[in-house]
Amino acid sequence: MTRRLNRLAAIVGVGASKFGTFEDKLGRELFADAFLEMMNSIDRGINIKDIEAFYLGSAAPLSFEGQAHLAPIIADQVGLANRPATRVEGACASGGLALREGIIAIASGLYDIVLVGGVEKMTNLPTSEVTDVLAAFSDTPYESRVGITFPGAYALMATAYRHKYGLTDEQLMAVTIKNHQNGALNPKAQFNCSISDIMISRLAKIKEKGQPVPDWSSEMDFLKDLQANPVIAWPLKLFDCSPITDGAACVLLVAEHLAKSFTETPVYVIGSGQASDYSLHGRKDLTTLDGAKEAAHQAYDMAGVRPEDIRMAEVHDCFTIAEIIATEDLGFFRQGEGGRAAEQGLTARHGTKPVNPSGGLKAKGHPVGASGVAQVVEVWQQMRGEAGARQINRDVHLALTHNVGAHGATCVVHIYERR
Amino acid sequence: MTEAEFTCASFYSALHEKRLMGTRCKKCQAAYLPPRQICLKCQSTEMEWVLMKGEGKLVTFSTIAVGTSSMVVEGYDRYRHYCCGIVELDEGLRVSARIVGVDSQNPESIEIGTPMTIEFPEAEGKSSILTFRARQAC
Repeated sequence: MTRRLNRLAAIVGVGASKFGTFEDKLGRELFADAFLEMMNSIDRGINIKDIEAFYLGSAAPLSFEGQAHLAPIIADQVGLANRPATRVEGACASGGLALREGIIAIASGLYDIVLVGGVEKMTNLPTSEVTDVLAAFSDTPYESRVGITFPGAYALMATAYRHKYGLTDEQLMAVTIKNHQNGALNPKAQFNCSISDIMISRLAKIKEKGQPVPDWSSEMDFLKDLQANPVIAWPLKLFDCSPITDGAACVLLVAEHLAKSFTETPVYVIGSGQASDYSLHGRKDLTTLDGAKEAAHQAYDMAGVRPEDIRMAEVHDCFTIAEIIATEDLGFFRQGEGGRAAEQGLTARHGTKPVNPSGGLKAKGHPVGASGVAQVVEVWQQMRGEAGARQINRDVHLALTHNVGAHGATCVVHIYERR
Repeated sequence: MTEAEFTCASFYSALHEKRLMGTRCKKCQAAYLPPRQICLKCQSTEMEWVLMKGEGKLVTFSTIAVGTSSMVVEGYDRYRHYCCGIVELDEGLRVSARIVGVDSQNPESIEIGTPMTIEFPEAEGKSSILTFRARQAC
């Protein structure tokens, strides 16, 4: 059965903090940066008093910064105390879930103007403790307990994928190289640099220290060197993994009839889908996320569009294998062909199906609860032609976001149209 | 004899006593591992424990260099990797497990489909971590 929203939500403003490592900032302060940028992005402005409700995606603020009950604290930080403020949690899909709750709240008729945000302040903890927090997004007594980390869970999928479809290291590396090329053009990105930039800076340091100079003649050479790119969870190496990041993002949603009073070019959310899935050992096929396929099906069906209609997508590339699987689950490429598509450049910024022009989670950074909202920030900029140096060179009137919690136990897909 | 409760705690106390136990629906015979209280097929709560042979084959794996803190305590790090995987039991059910008896430093040598047998470690504290050993000599 095709499900419809009683009325659509339109995005009329977006904002994001810089992504990276910010020792001296709390999550709420990063959120305030994103909020101020969002307020300034609304073409015809808004009175803050008109914002009626707030949905916040944040995955584990209690573990990461010792702060539970984050939504009212953030609401207060940006001047929205007294409004309903609700935190939504779905691991790394928390941001996407918050967006969906905002859309549903508007569709229900309860509110006309809703703030949706996401935030995570991850870098207070040492890597070993971050590893434990992220591992707990999987099934703790049956998966994390035997030693499966978060990269480990995606590595299990990558190994299964290699076995079934013959995935090569070069195909994974093509995703890394492409996303870093895009990140190099994104001033908000944690890695605002290409793999080549990283390689050159490493070479300079090595020469400075008088150490033996490695024989790297290309980005692939660099990525194939296990000294430069060590194994994290085989077959995944350091540069297959998104980084640990602090960051925040937010968007303002309004009921469709109000959209044009805020801007001449709103972006409407025309499709929304969400699904959950079993733990990895409960799945028949480890080379695809059934939850993502189901969420995508719901979103396409609601929007009345097909995968081939989508002009660009921000997908959940927490690991390179995740992007390859995502492009198949979303119907952009047939199963088993996502790796080749990446290698052929089809997902590059000026390819036939641009994926992660923002740099993706890989280069832009992955503040887990914020990522699902930050994807929307990129979509908005690309659809309005405001993406600067990384602007896709053809009109983007239809776009998609794909946000995944843990190893696919939560999946959210949204489709956007500029009207 | 009354059945132990269909809980995670019961599963691990059986494992501690060297038995890998799943649950089976008395109504429709569907079997589950990890154990379940509610049958996914018929929603019955009439479950019984069923002993698994503890043999199967490797479905997928990873050798992990940056481990969970409990694995770091065991001495694993970027120079000493450990292996995790999913094992499909002869009974058709799948479990996530620690994999031993393979060369974790040389993942290319580990093969999907390798026959696996459950191993019940003798060391105190490790007995509640589900572990499978590769059957061929390695």
